[in-house]
Amino acid sequence: MILAYLLIGFLGLLFLGWALRAAGRGLIGSPYFRDMGLSVAFGYMLAVALVALLAWGYWLSRFAPPEIAPRYFFLRIAIEGLVLFALAGWLFRALGRTLGTAGSRKVFRAMPVTAAFGILVILLYAIVAIFAPLLAPYGQDQVLATANVVPGGDPALGGNPDFPLGTDQIGRDILSRLIFGAQNTVGFAFVTTCLAFLLGGTLGFLAAVLGGWLDQLLSRFVDVLMAIPSLIFALLLMAIASAWAGSERWLLTLYMVVIIAVIDSTRVYRLSRAVGQNIVVMDYIEAAKLRGEGLGYLIFKEILPNAYAPLLAEFGLRFCFVFLTIAALSFLGVGIQPPLADWGTMVRDLAAFINYAAFAPQAASPPLLAAGAIALLTVAVNFVVDWMLYSSSGLKE
Amino acid sequence: MGTVAKIIAQRLGLGILTLFIVSIVIFTAVNMLPGDFAESILGQGATPEAVAAIRRDLGLDQSPVSRYFDWLGGAVRGDFGSSFAQANFASFTGSDSGSGLTSVAQQIAPRFANTMFLASVAAIIAVPLSLTLGVLAALFRNSVFDRVVNIATLSSISSPEFFLAYVLILVFAVLNPWLPSLSNIYEGMSFPERLEKTLLPALTLTLVVTAHMMRMTRAAIINLLASPYIEMARLKGLSPMRVILRHALPNALAPIVNVVALNLAYLITGVVVVEVVFVYPGIGQLFVDSVKIRDIPVVQACCLIFAAAYILLNLTADILSILSNPRLRHPR
Repeated sequence: MILAYLLIGFLGLLFLGWALRAAGRGLIGSPYFRDMGLSVAFGYMLAVALVALLAWGYWLSRFAPPEIAPRYFFLRIAIEGLVLFALAGWLFRALGRTLGTAGSRKVFRAMPVTAAFGILVILLYAIVAIFAPLLAPYGQDQVLATANVVPGGDPALGGNPDFPLGTDQIGRDILSRLIFGAQNTVGFAFVTTCLAFLLGGTLGFLAAVLGGWLDQLLSRFVDVLMAIPSLIFALLLMAIASAWAGSERWLLTLYMVVIIAVIDSTRVYRLSRAVGQNIVVMDYIEAAKLRGEGLGYLIFKEILPNAYAPLLAEFGLRFCFVFLTIAALSFLGVGIQPPLADWGTMVRDLAAFINYAAFAPQAASPPLLAAGAIALLTVAVNFVVDWMLYSSSGLKE
Repeated sequence: MGTVAKIIAQRLGLGILTLFIVSIVIFTAVNMLPGDFAESILGQGATPEAVAAIRRDLGLDQSPVSRYFDWLGGAVRGDFGSSFAQANFASFTGSDSGSGLTSVAQQIAPRFANTMFLASVAAIIAVPLSLTLGVLAALFRNSVFDRVVNIATLSSISSPEFFLAYVLILVFAVLNPWLPSLSNIYEGMSFPERLEKTLLPALTLTLVVTAHMMRMTRAAIINLLASPYIEMARLKGLSPMRVILRHALPNALAPIVNVVALNLAYLITGVVVVEVVFVYPGIGQLFVDSVKIRDIPVVQACCLIFAAAYILLNLTADILSILSNPRLRHPR
C-alpha cells in the first residue's frame, strides 16, 4: 500500500518535472532548460513537494483543530528552530563583517553561514557553562515541592510559570538542570580533551623527536589500545573503576575523566606523531639541534607552533568525540554521577515522557531538549571544524 | 600474485597477534579489580569454607597466568566459562561445583545472532543509500542539493545516537504509530515480524553510518575529477552522469570499499547505545547490563567478541584496499 503511494508520487513528480522542463523550453527557451536533465527537473519538483509538505504541516500545527494540532507541534518547533538558527548565524556573520578589526572582518567575509552559526553556538554554550550558577533559577539537585510540572508554563496544561521547562519526576527544575548540565557535561568533556592532548601530544612529539625504541614501544602500545573499540573499552574500564570507587560517586566521575582521556590520547598521539615527524626533518629543526637547543625548546618553540593548525582542528573533533562518549556513558548509567546534573543522565531519566507526545507534546519535550542540547553543540563544533579543514586544505573543486 | 599473497598473509598474522595482545589487555584490566570475586559475591558474613568453595568453583585459586591460558583456550573453542550472576545462585543452593551454572556462551550465542541481524539490516539499507547519495552529491557538487546533503549528513554524524533514536521513535512510533518502539525479539518469530521490530534501531544505525560513507564517497570521486582521463571523457562529450559512473567510480572504489568496511566496524560498536534505547536483546545490551552488575566473565567475553569483530573488519578493509590497488595486483 505504502509502496503504491510512493510509486504514484514518484511518477507524478517525474511527470511534473518533465512538464516544467517542457514549459521552460517552450516559454523561456533559455539554454539552461535545454540542457537540463530529467533527473534535475525531478529534483526541483521533489524539493518543491517537500517544501510544500513542510509548509502544510506548519500550517496544521498553528491552525488545525486542537485534536490534530499537537501531532504537528514538534514539526513546528523544528521548522521555527531551523529558521531561527539560520537567521542567528546570518546576523552574527553580518555583525562580524561590520565590527572588529580588519583581520577579523576578513575572516567573517569568507565564512559560510554554518560556520558563523557554529561559532555563535560555541560562544553561547561557553557563557552558559561559565555563568551557570548565576543563570540557573534553582540548584541542580534542589528538590522542589512540585514534581512532574509540564513544560511551557501554561497552568491550563499542567504547567507553572515559575518552572518554564517544568520539573522532573522527583521535582527538580529542568531548566536549572539543563543549565548546570552545560557546566558539567561540557566542562568535563573540555577537561578530558585537554588532558588527552597533554598526554597524547607530549608523547607523540617525544616519539617524533627521539625516535628509536621509545617510538617503537609507544607506537605498538597505542596500536593495541586502538584495536579495541573505544566505547567498549571505556565501558570495560568503567566497570572496574566503579568497583574501585565503591560508594564514592565523585571518585567514579574522576576515574571516567582519566579513562576517557587515556583512551582518546591514543588518537592524539597518532596525529601529533605524524605531524611531528613531518616537521622534524625540516632544516630549521636541524639548525636548532646544531645550536644545541634542549628537547623542551625543540618541542615547544619549534614543533608546536608549526603543528598548531592540524592540532586545533583535531582538538575540535576530539572534543566532540569525548563529549559524545561522556554523554553515551552517562546515558548508559556509568558516566557522570548524581547529584551532578548532566544531559546524558537527563535523557535516560526523562525518556519515558516521549510516549505522551501524541496528545501532550509539551510534556514529551524535556528528554528531547537534553539530547538536542548535546547534538546542537557537537553539530556546531563540527561545522566550525569542517570550515577550518576546508579553508586550510585549499580544496576547491 | 605472489607479493599480494605475502602481504595478505602478513596482515592476517598481524591481526591474529593484535587479537592475542588485546585479549591479554582485557584479561589484565579485569584482574585489576579490587578484592576477591568470591568475597564480593558472598558479602561480609561469608565463612572461609564458602569463600574457598566459590574460589574453587570459579578457578580463582590458580595463578593469573594459568587462568589466562585456561580462559583463552576456552574462548578459542567458544567456551567462555560460566556467568557469575548464575554462579552466585548455584553456590548458595549448595549444588555440586559446575553443575547448575549457565555458560556464558549459552547466554551470548542467541544475542550475538540478534546483533548480527540488526547490523546486517542496517548495512543493507546504509551501503546502497550512501553510495547513491555520494554519487549524486559529487554529480551536483556545490549546488544547493550538495549543500543541503552536506549539512544534513554533518548534523547526523555529530548527533549522539540516542538523540537520533528518540527522534525516530517520536516520529515513527509515537506521533505516527507505524513501527514498534520496543524491539522485543524472541525465538520462532516470523521473518517479516522480526524485520518490523528491527527496523527502527536499524534506521538509527543507518543514519549514523550513512553520513560518513556518503561524505567519503563524494570526496573520493571529487578527488578524481581533476585527472586527465576524466577531462578526456568530458571532452569526448559524455554526460556528467556517465563520466562519474563509468570513469570515476571504478577508480574511486578502493577508498570507498575501505570506508564501507570501517563503518561496518563502527556499526558493531555503535550497536551498544542503540540496543539499550530500543531494549533490543543483542550483545550490546548484555554487555551494558553485565558492566552494571560486574558479571566479569560475560564482560570479558563480550569485550573480546567486540574487539575480534572490530579487528576482523579493519583487517578486511586493509586487505580489500590492497586487492583493489591495481599496481599490486599486476606487478611488473
